[in-house]
Amino acid sequence: MKIQEILKERILVLDGAMGTMIQRHTLEEEDFRGERFKNHAHPLKGNNDLLSITRPDIIKDIHRQYFEAGADIAETNTFSGTTIAQADYHLEDYVYELNFQSAKIAKEVALEFTAKEPHKPRFVAGAVGPTNRTLSLSPDVNNPGFRAVTFDQLKDAYKLQVKALMDGGVDLLLVETIFDTLNAKAALFGIQEFFEEAGRELPIMVSGTITDASGRTLSGQTTEAFLISVSHVPLLSIGLNCALGAKQLRPYLQVLNEQAPFFVSAYPNAGLPNEFGQYDQHAHEMGHEIEEFLKEGLVNIVGGCCGTTPDHIKEIATLAAKYKPRTVNNH
Amino acid sequence: MTIDHPPSTIHHRPLLLSGLESVVITPASNFVNIGERTNVTGSAKFLKLIKEDKFDEALEVALDQVRGGAQVIDVNMDEGMLDSEAAMVKYLNLMASEPEISKIPVMVDSSKWNVIEAGLKCLQGKGIVNSISLKGGEEEFVRQAKLVKRYGAATVVMAFDEVGQADTYQRRIDICKRAYDILVDKVKFPAQDIIFDPNIFPVATGIDEHRNYALDFFKATKWIRENLPHAHVSGGVSNVSFSFRGNQLVREAMHSVFLYHAIKNGMDMGIVNPTMLEVYDQIPKELLERVEDVLLNRREDSTERLLEFAETVKGSAKKKEQDDEWRKATVEERLTHSLVKGIIDFIDQDIEEVRHKFDKPLHVIEGPLMNGMNVVGDLFGAGKMFLPQVVKSARVMKKAVAYLTPYLEEEKRKSGNVGKPAAKILMATVKGDVHDIGKNIVGVVLACNNYDVVDLGVMVPTEKIIEAAKREKVDIIGLSGLITPSLDEMVHVAKEMQREGMTLPLLIGGATTSRIHTAVKIDPVYNGPVVHVLDASRSVPVASEFINPDTTEGFRTRVKLEYEGLRKDHENRQQAKNYIPLTEARKNRVAIDWNSFQPTKPTFLGKKIFIDYPLEEIKKYIDWTPFFQTWMLFGRYPDIFKDEKVGEEATKLYKDAQLMLDKIVREKRLKANGVIAFYPAEATESDDVVLFTDDNRTQELTMLHFLRQQNKKAKDLPNFCLADLIAPKSSNKKDYVGMFAVATGGGIEELIQEYKVQQDDYNEIMVKALADRLAEAFAELMHEKVRREYWGYASNESLTTDDLIKEEYVGIRPAPGYPACPDHTEKGILFNLLDAEKEVGIILTESFAMYPASAVSGYYFANPESKYFGLGKIEKDQVVEYAQRKKKSVEEIEKWLSPNLTYNN
Repeated sequence: MKIQEILKERILVLDGAMGTMIQRHTLEEEDFRGERFKNHAHPLKGNNDLLSITRPDIIKDIHRQYFEAGADIAETNTFSGTTIAQADYHLEDYVYELNFQSAKIAKEVALEFTAKEPHKPRFVAGAVGPTNRTLSLSPDVNNPGFRAVTFDQLKDAYKLQVKALMDGGVDLLLVETIFDTLNAKAALFGIQEFFEEAGRELPIMVSGTITDASGRTLSGQTTEAFLISVSHVPLLSIGLNCALGAKQLRPYLQVLNEQAPFFVSAYPNAGLPNEFGQYDQHAHEMGHEIEEFLKEGLVNIVGGCCGTTPDHIKEIATLAAKYKPRTVNNH
Repeated sequence: MTIDHPPSTIHHRPLLLSGLESVVITPASNFVNIGERTNVTGSAKFLKLIKEDKFDEALEVALDQVRGGAQVIDVNMDEGMLDSEAAMVKYLNLMASEPEISKIPVMVDSSKWNVIEAGLKCLQGKGIVNSISLKGGEEEFVRQAKLVKRYGAATVVMAFDEVGQADTYQRRIDICKRAYDILVDKVKFPAQDIIFDPNIFPVATGIDEHRNYALDFFKATKWIRENLPHAHVSGGVSNVSFSFRGNQLVREAMHSVFLYHAIKNGMDMGIVNPTMLEVYDQIPKELLERVEDVLLNRREDSTERLLEFAETVKGSAKKKEQDDEWRKATVEERLTHSLVKGIIDFIDQDIEEVRHKFDKPLHVIEGPLMNGMNVVGDLFGAGKMFLPQVVKSARVMKKAVAYLTPYLEEEKRKSGNVGKPAAKILMATVKGDVHDIGKNIVGVVLACNNYDVVDLGVMVPTEKIIEAAKREKVDIIGLSGLITPSLDEMVHVAKEMQREGMTLPLLIGGATTSRIHTAVKIDPVYNGPVVHVLDASRSVPVASEFINPDTTEGFRTRVKLEYEGLRKDHENRQQAKNYIPLTEARKNRVAIDWNSFQPTKPTFLGKKIFIDYPLEEIKKYIDWTPFFQTWMLFGRYPDIFKDEKVGEEATKLYKDAQLMLDKIVREKRLKANGVIAFYPAEATESDDVVLFTDDNRTQELTMLHFLRQQNKKAKDLPNFCLADLIAPKSSNKKDYVGMFAVATGGGIEELIQEYKVQQDDYNEIMVKALADRLAEAFAELMHEKVRREYWGYASNESLTTDDLIKEEYVGIRPAPGYPACPDHTEKGILFNLLDAEKEVGIILTESFAMYPASAVSGYYFANPESKYFGLGKIEKDQVVEYAQRKKKSVEEIEKWLSPNLTYNN
């Protein structure tokens, strides 16, 4: 059954945080390097995406834990999988491989679970992150007209990432944690260009980030303006993730619920960070907040971002099963 | 032929656009006005700025457009001498850094595809391309359209093909149809994102082929709207009148008649300069007829007849006001004319006439008068009328209602009921504050929009506000204030409303109020909705959100949420800012080398009083820029008269102001009194200044208390305190301090009363605004005299009025309660010394506001190092010490200084 059909029948569950789970392993520089990058001239610790190549066992295990907890969709370990983000580690040349491998191992685990539970097929979403540059904002306060990256550079970087993810076998693409809509538009442009050139397409999910209670993205857009700005692409879903906990996200989800002609997704953080910058909201508490918008029928896809674990996803999956999905009001 | 059917009523999908905020265009939306001054081909001024690389100033042009009500902003850099692509990118990137500009969508305007594409790469929102067409063939058209779609923009499509620009009805619709089919079927371009420009060409050119240009445009527009579902129609209107360059009267009439017909036929957006537009209903009948003859091609000789008429009125666009032609219209039309134009002369006779056409006098108000006021409201909302005009309209309305009142009373007695207006709003300037110009303007604007305004006046205590709100069953309460203690008073009102269990919306406005203060201090103490209203133009949209049952709940939630966010931001920011202990700040005082400085001794010590100072002399010192600001006309005097948007209104307003000023001066309607004084002074170690009775400096007279900046300063910047400007004892120098209080409000009550009786808001506000300006001018004049003569430390100073406004002189005159010394209670000490109440006739309220309000007081500091600064926030250590110095409780000091505390009290 196609994901579009399943989404009409039930709420699908997206997995939780990758970083939080990787941290549990307390990995050192040599774990990141493995044999393969033993002699790389620059430090690699912290480059989580690289673990898909050097420690695929860990990444596969994380996917497995989330699927076991009840997730329908796993995100590939490719949040920083662009030449632009990997430039920090001088690994631009390995970007294709990194995405390909990430997609491949996630898909393997998904197939494993689908075979076991054919009534609950598992999907893999190729995660396309925001990069560490912004197209709408100047990094130099004294020169507001300056931009550290161009639209074309970003578009080409995204295009390469998407090709690798698709070659590796992902079922969906997820452009996520969008804090600058112009970056997302460059990603969507690259994706469409690639679709056309390659002659194949996948459903696209888009997820923006409302940075604080001002209700705006980092680049200043309201939720509604953000929705309008990316609606030229026939999306599978639009949603919000990161920066806020479930409770704080609710008013903005309501905007999407009212206006979006697509399915709506939400994967908030485990609450707001405490004074040490850690997310400490427990599964039960987060579930309680998420249940609020499940009850109201605001979403079609729900999951977790920073600080969430298989415990959180299990709680969310149990709750999601109890409620009907949002009906899409397609004009 | 008939062309005035409304466009077909098929279901239209909305056109959705975005900048930082969304813009939704539906058939119910009014005509969408596209700002066009940021176009190098249309504005010589803008071109010059871009050529000279003055992008900062060029950004202000965009800002003006947004503030002027543009809903979309057109940017065009097509000029031979420019690198258009680079200029487009630079300008759009800079616009993106100005949230007030980038909130609205951008129209990327160029005839060169590379420039359009470069522009699209800079837009995070959904903008509009202007334009693409079939000019270069279908293949190129498809390629460009696909890219526009992929960049996520809507597009203007010109009626242009391989053969050329469409100039007949048939060519227009053929090309548009062909383009539409390609876009919708082949490119899958969303139909609602297509905006056709079916070409507006000049008419009355004398060339026969051009006779049908306008008519064909109307017909094509109608056809497009009926046959090409969801598509929109736009165009550049000023083209149509090209043949009449130099004849504003005819051009304005042509634009407005053209728009009238175009909109009726379905044109829903366009590039229009609002200042180049006459109100359709105001066009003299003969001119209207001749213009319509031309546009609709109704007569063989229509061009000749319009030219003939144009000859007779050449260059007399301004004369039209004296034209009596409008008196020949129906009485309803005449009433609307009077309301829109603010003409009061005929109102009684017209109302008397119209009264007989209606069963009940109330129907006159609800019918023709409200219709007229709706026109005014719409024009104001659309930025096509300005505040002074609206206030004049309100004056006409009041006069009309006053004429009807006896009949209304009579009717009421007979039937025992009258209709209820839309909503009731209570307005008050809070206790301790006397300023009401802004509040009165808001009241007038609200009244113009059919709100029943209950104005409680100034210095209104909380109990009275709450009691009146209940008694009058108001729907909204609006509080106003100008001085800082009023902020606290507003918090108090909100607390009391909460205690009374009220839930009415509370609107906050006035010069010292702010969104952040409202969010941090007022919103949390009241469960009902609280909104800060920036200026009069915002009052109607805010009030109507609350009054409309469909929006009130959503609006309430939105505002509460927004303010909660602001509070959080505020807390975060507070933690970030660095402050230093008072002891540290004192070490970083203003470094003055007292050894090399010799203070000047004033020519006298003690007081000098000025009674009935000649207004002729004072009036020369008026700074007019703030006067225009009071009336919400923004721009510097005298450049404001040349401003494209507000220039004409500013000129009229200035003329009215001069007439009033002449009357005041000639008839001596206001009294200018003042008192100045100088005292021997000495700064203490703890930021106080001791005053002595005489120059022997043995007997202390009193003490002035000052506050010191405590924020961490960059290198070489001192932590300012006014006390630093006075020589300390250790310097062994004899220094002095001066002070003053001047007022021009004597007699103002009677003047106001005169206008109140005549229900004349316009002149009432005018009198107050002028008295305020005179008080400031008097203070400026007195300061000059002090510098050159009475204190005499700058006896050879010679400055122009402009230099004075720019404060290019030695010494300052800061006022207690203002940024350098924000403690209002020090004004009490100053007033005691000057005996200002007796000598000048100014009373201090419990919040230390001066009454009558047209008054200025302050200190004089003569040291060349003197300059104005803002105290900023101070820490608790200084508050505690300051309280000891003033022998007051810490709580009391915290109350007065609450806007200046780094912590929450």
